[in-house]
Amino acid sequence: MHINNGTDPHAIGTKLPAPEARYDLVVVGAGPAGLAAAIAGAGEGKSVLLVDENPIPGAAMGNDVPLLFGGRMTTATQNAERMLETVFMSEPMLEAAMEAGVEVLLGTSAWGVYRNGPGITGLPENVVALADKDRGWIVGYGELVLATGARDLAIGFPGWNQPGVMGAAALERLLAHYEAFAGKRVLIVGSHDLALETALLARDKGVDVAGLVEVRSAPQGDAALAEAVRAAQIPFYLEDAPAEAIGGIDGVERVRLRSGAVIDVDTVVLAIGLVPSIELIDAMGGKRVLDGARGGYIPGDNAGVTCVGDCAGLADTGFDHVEYRMEWARELGKLSQPDTIVCQCEEVTRADLLGVQPPNYLSRPAPMQARSLDTLIQDGPPNPDQIKRLTRAGMGVCQGRRCRDQVAMMLAMAANGPFGSVPLATHRAPVRPLPLRILADWEESEDMRAGWDVWFGIPTQWVPYRDIDTPREREHQTAIAEGWSL
Amino acid sequence: MTYVGMPTPSETPQETMAKIAGTAAKMKVVIIGGGVSGLSAGWWLARSGASVTVLDKGIVGWEASGRNGGGASHYQSPLFEEEQRMWPHMDELLGYPTEHQQERLVIAVSPKQLNQYHYLAKMNNDMGYRVDLLDGDQVRAMVPLAGDNCLGGMHYRFGGHANPQRSVQAYAWALQDLGGRIVQHSPVTGFETDGGKVVAVHSISGRYEADAVVVAAGPQIQALMAKLGVEVPLAAARAEMIVTEPAPIMPIGGVDGNGLYGRQTLRGNLAYGGGPHEWLETFEAGPPARPSSPLTRNLARRVAELFPKAAHLNVIRSWAGIVENTPDGRPIIDRMKDPENVTVVTMSGVGFGLSPASGHAVRDLVVDGHCSFTDIAKLSLSRFDGIGADWREQRGWQPSQAA
Repeated sequence: MHINNGTDPHAIGTKLPAPEARYDLVVVGAGPAGLAAAIAGAGEGKSVLLVDENPIPGAAMGNDVPLLFGGRMTTATQNAERMLETVFMSEPMLEAAMEAGVEVLLGTSAWGVYRNGPGITGLPENVVALADKDRGWIVGYGELVLATGARDLAIGFPGWNQPGVMGAAALERLLAHYEAFAGKRVLIVGSHDLALETALLARDKGVDVAGLVEVRSAPQGDAALAEAVRAAQIPFYLEDAPAEAIGGIDGVERVRLRSGAVIDVDTVVLAIGLVPSIELIDAMGGKRVLDGARGGYIPGDNAGVTCVGDCAGLADTGFDHVEYRMEWARELGKLSQPDTIVCQCEEVTRADLLGVQPPNYLSRPAPMQARSLDTLIQDGPPNPDQIKRLTRAGMGVCQGRRCRDQVAMMLAMAANGPFGSVPLATHRAPVRPLPLRILADWEESEDMRAGWDVWFGIPTQWVPYRDIDTPREREHQTAIAEGWSL
Repeated sequence: MTYVGMPTPSETPQETMAKIAGTAAKMKVVIIGGGVSGLSAGWWLARSGASVTVLDKGIVGWEASGRNGGGASHYQSPLFEEEQRMWPHMDELLGYPTEHQQERLVIAVSPKQLNQYHYLAKMNNDMGYRVDLLDGDQVRAMVPLAGDNCLGGMHYRFGGHANPQRSVQAYAWALQDLGGRIVQHSPVTGFETDGGKVVAVHSISGRYEADAVVVAAGPQIQALMAKLGVEVPLAAARAEMIVTEPAPIMPIGGVDGNGLYGRQTLRGNLAYGGGPHEWLETFEAGPPARPSSPLTRNLARRVAELFPKAAHLNVIRSWAGIVENTPDGRPIIDRMKDPENVTVVTMSGVGFGLSPASGHAVRDLVVDGHCSFTDIAKLSLSRFDGIGADWREQRGWQPSQAA
């Protein structure tokens, strides 16, 4: 038997690299909360790194990462240098942070946080993994503050899977920070504060607002905001909902409402709600809890990581966001057809999701067709990750941003439970889609290269059965093991 | 539906199915572990007429069975020819898609790798399994994503790959269609023995009477068998994979090399793993977490080297699985002497591809007491008799905290 004197050359050991830099404080996200945390940290004499992924690369925006841009950004967003300048100028506090001694990196995303803990002890220290347009790297941290904000909640309806259906956070990004919104006339879905603020912002930026559609019988948000919208002559379509977005090659051209009204717009803005951006927390195995008043799943208590701003949970105004969005999901579900797309990346329809059917490039023999969410539920509580694997919903390049939340809502409804009775599908690092060549560690250690192996590095495993316990066994072992490293 | 590079089987899988039908009628079998080995065994036993109950601590295929590279080309195994005979028929026999695809390519980007692949090609050809050697241009013609750095490779005229998650679910559903029961979220708490046999299995969901028991619980086999006074030496480790957004479909999706295992899925994603593993403590309740690590970056590098023309593709996920290994990395497929109606199966990290055959072997042990189609004597548990309590330390296989 081949035994390596008490050491396993192919175990992880100390092969994972030390971070290339270390900061007392790393802050992810340069919105108001992140900037405040970074500036405060620098004021206490800490070494501080503040990273922000804006400006988002054009390719990512095209995949609706991290917000639901809906293809309504102008070509200006393809000019990285111009965008960098625009983003910098849009936030005066960035300069203040730099003057306070904060190291600021724009155009830099944080795609993973790695800590030693259950199931992993091989890290030299806790690290956050970063990437910009040229490369990926890791940095160590004393404290980590996540200020990753909130992202768009998408709920599908017929025709939502075409350019021109976007989210309120994406519109705010394009209007207020990028100066790069390509739409002219928008219809806003929802009437809570987010929708009202979106309407007013759009109006202020010279965008024609055709109206707000509200499933409930009255505007839901702050009365003064609603009054300001009314004063701007922007109509509310109450007890109504978009039944279909109709469009052409460039996307949305008009929207037909349930009431029959047809509204000519080039953009539908989903402003039903925002979802706290818990991707990093969730992917690092952190805790998450459900709080309807704060926008859904929010970070739980995670030692060593502080969440600030919207990613910690939306401001609690007493409004139940989850109840509201479930009402919308029920209504838009009723207006949807079996072939309405739920997962855009993988083209999973509503019927196939609820039928737990495989993608259309696979055959569906009779036993397969007889399976459904109902038969799956008979085997135990439905798990969204299991359904994801079977249907491919949420498995695409947008990393489930467009469908994760609505799939969780649909599954809860189908299982006759409240939201949360079927958990949200998990997030995995990298929490941003990043090219192989960017993620790659091109400067890995000799230790890693020499100790690499395909699968556990046990040479006896691969000896042909007939040669076990014969003189040929050792020859095979040696030859097989030799080619494992590069 | 046979392979160019394999000996012609003497019997079709359909003929085998007809032969075994009814051979285990009235036999009550409890299978502990709804991974691919347990489910395949359950399926084979149900095809034999047994009344099968599978107990799983969580969800079917949730551990390593659903988190692997999907490879199905394990020529070193005595089960290999049976694996190859069965795979092309599994979709039809199970009634559900597995995404099984035939044949594989292994391509080299360093001279050292090329040497190793040439050795393996000869080793296979010596066994009667056909492997064709390819030069760099031949590889580039077959693998559109390969680059100028490719020095050559080999073409297995056998083997292949399938979708692990879909296949595990297919076994589970097919078992149910045959009348089998799958009880999820139901960890086993103990055994009831009488006269040298296990007569019932206790689980949090109840008591299950058994004429025979199959223990196929992966890393948890050790703790379960210890309850029966049987020592099964196993060590678990974490292995990691990454997956990219879809690339254009290659003619053969089962392409790996450069220290990686993996495949292009039928959707087009590149799903690859490899690299250093981390030995872990094993918990009776299963792994507390399955984290991936910055090894993602090293995997990304190797995939980009393997497929330079895919280097621009986005990585969209990483994941890890906890995999058990025996001290020599070879399976244990064995029926115990005491209790004599208990059969243990661990495939030591290469269970997915071999599953159509391992289930057959387990069925044979449970029903007939011996494997009907191949010699598996060297896979018995007794080879580890007297291995010593420090076998993990001797190999450096202990968790790094203890190192």
